[in-house]
Formats: sequence, structure tokens, C-alpha cells
Amino acid sequence: MGITCEAIWRESSNYIDGTLSPDLRQSIDEHIKTCQACASVLAGLQNIVTLYGDERMAELPSGFSQRLHRRLEANMPTTRRNFFGWAVALAGSVLAVGGIELSRASHQVPDSISKLSQPLAKPIPPDMQVVASEKGRLFHLAACPFIINRETIRHMTASVALAEGLSPCTRCLSKYL
Amino acid sequence: MTFLPENPAEAAYEAELMQRIKSGEHDLFYRLIQPYDRRVYAAALSIVRNEADAEDIAQDSILKAFRHLSQFRGEARFGTWLLQITINEARMRKRRMRARAMESISDQQNDEGDYMPREFADWREIPSESLERKEIRTALVEALSSLSEKYRSVFVLRDIQHLSIEETARVLEISPGSVKTRLLRARLMLRDFLSPGLNGQWSATPAFAKGNKPWE
Repeated sequence: MGITCEAIWRESSNYIDGTLSPDLRQSIDEHIKTCQACASVLAGLQNIVTLYGDERMAELPSGFSQRLHRRLEANMPTTRRNFFGWAVALAGSVLAVGGIELSRASHQVPDSISKLSQPLAKPIPPDMQVVASEKGRLFHLAACPFIINRETIRHMTASVALAEGLSPCTRCLSKYL
Repeated sequence: MTFLPENPAEAAYEAELMQRIKSGEHDLFYRLIQPYDRRVYAAALSIVRNEADAEDIAQDSILKAFRHLSQFRGEARFGTWLLQITINEARMRKRRMRARAMESISDQQNDEGDYMPREFADWREIPSESLERKEIRTALVEALSSLSEKYRSVFVLRDIQHLSIEETARVLEISPGSVKTRLLRARLMLRDFLSPGLNGQWSATPAFAKGNKPWE
């Protein structure tokens, strides 16, 4: 016997990863022709690596990209715009995730937004007309291009929106931020 | 899928994006981080094991990277730096949650001595198609959860997110040798954990013949 079972177990990970020297690999190949235990260990390890390495094991939760997008949108300072950049990135994420997902609406935007948001520089006029979409956590001016789920928008005054716990969009309402 | 841009053109594109973001085009940040969002989430989940917490940590970490982008000097690649932030953020969060967290039995898992496999029955291959079945995925997730953090984080980064040994070492700030040691143990422990369910009941196809090597 050129190599012990214990030595093979120690090298089993390297064997699966193909990082062994040709000589050592050959010794192991010879060994497992007659050793069922080691064959079982190596077969099992390979199966583990194959199964966990499958892309289905690395899926993001539904709606992750949309929620991340909203979180970033709510916390980034407004500066020079690059709408094309957002549009391309968001389109990609929508395709990747497979559409807007509402089932996890309760976790859409974490509470920490409020603590991360900058204080308002001047108050938003309480009677100003704004809109908010059904599951959104932001309110916007009606013409804002960054409204998500536009088909579900509701009209209200800014004071109502604030009372509902909604946050102002950092883009269309930037002059108040 | 390669974790970090091997292609110089991709690396240059990433560098240009960062420069433009630092100059004020903040909207480009989403494009910069998008290739890494799965890994950021997976890295957080490997530490805290709770999907909602992991998502929150992933968002916090990405925001933190945005706020500290001016401190990024390029000593590491952006993806590595982002994952380091995520791992640190997740560990801090976990420490805060520790009072209510129940660590797994595998807290006793350590690097001392060799890990000896316990199951030697003929391994029946679980075909990849079986991942369509929820109970199989659940079993795999539960098995992963049974590992302690230091093994789980290495396994997730290396075998699920396909980082190299060196990249995994950089992200976790441990040596490549430690990555290899922990990876071996993680794989062996997962194999033992899953073996009882693999004696035929999960196998949708006939077991491979004795002596046949399914990994070839």
C-alpha cells in the first residue's frame, strides 16, 4: 500500500480541486480501486462540491435588487445625474431577479434609513401635492422619473406622506434635503 | 464566474467607474456594485444565518462602501474590499445579537487534529436536478447552518461563490493554509451531515455502481 486512508482524507479536498501532484493523484487513484471507504469519501466530497456550487444555491432573495436600489436611492446625495446608468443597472437586476416581487414587502426598506438620512435643510411645504406608490417607502413629485410601481401611485399632501412614515425622494425633492 | 476582473479592460472599467463616482456621479455606484451583490449577500448570510439580517447587512455594507469610497486606495481590488466590509459588518452585528443567538453544536468544531469522516457507506450521488426539490435545498441549507462560522464562511466564499483560495484568504484575512484546512473540514462535515439522507431516499437516479467514480 503506497498511501494510507488517513493521508487520503487529508488530501481529499486537494484531490477534488485537482491541485495534487500527478504522482500523489495516481497513488490515490490506485488506492480507491480497492478501498470502498476512501472511494465513498471522495465521491461524497465531489457531490457536495457539485451540489453547493450549483447556481441555484446562490440565488438572491426575490426583490433583493429592487430593495437595494431603493435603499441606495434614499441615501445617496443628489448630484449630477446619470439616469442612463441607473436604467441599465436596474433593467439588468430586474431581468436577473425575474420581475418585481411584492411578497417580501414587509422587508422592503429597513428602518435604518431614517437614521442614515440627512436632516432636512428646510421644511417641505405641508400642502405640497406629492405621490407615493403602493408598496414604496418614498414620496415623490408626480413628474419624478424614479417612481417605482407608478401604476399604483396615490396622491396626497406632503404632510400626509410624512405622517404615514414615508421619506422624501432624494432626487425630485432634493432642494428640500 | 470569476470573482474579480481578471481582464485588464474590466479592471480599467471598474477603476473608471470609481473615479467618476468619486467625482460626483453617484448614480454609477449601483453599476459598480451590481456584479458583487450576490457575494455580498452570501457573505453576510454565512455569518448571521438569517436571511432578513443578511439582507440588511448587505445593504448597510454597500452603503458603507459608498460612503467610504474616497478611502479606497486600490491596494486591494474593489470586490475584495467590499466583501471585507461585509464580513466585518456581519460580525459586528452578530456580536450585538449574540445574547439571543444560539450557536450550533459545531461551536466545538476546531482546527485541532484531523477530521475523520464517519460515514463510509456507498455514497449515492445526489443529482443536480434534485435541487429543484425544495426538501433537498432545505437539507443542504440546514447542513450548512450546522457548521460554525469559521467553516461556513470559508465554504460559502470558496464553494458557493467560487472565490479562489487566495481571494477567500484576503476577504477573511486569514492565511491560504487556513482556508484549505477549514475548507477540507467543512466539506467532510457536510458530507457526514448529509450522508444519512443520501442512502437512496434522495437519489432520483440509480446509485452509481460500486467502484465507479462519479467525479470523473
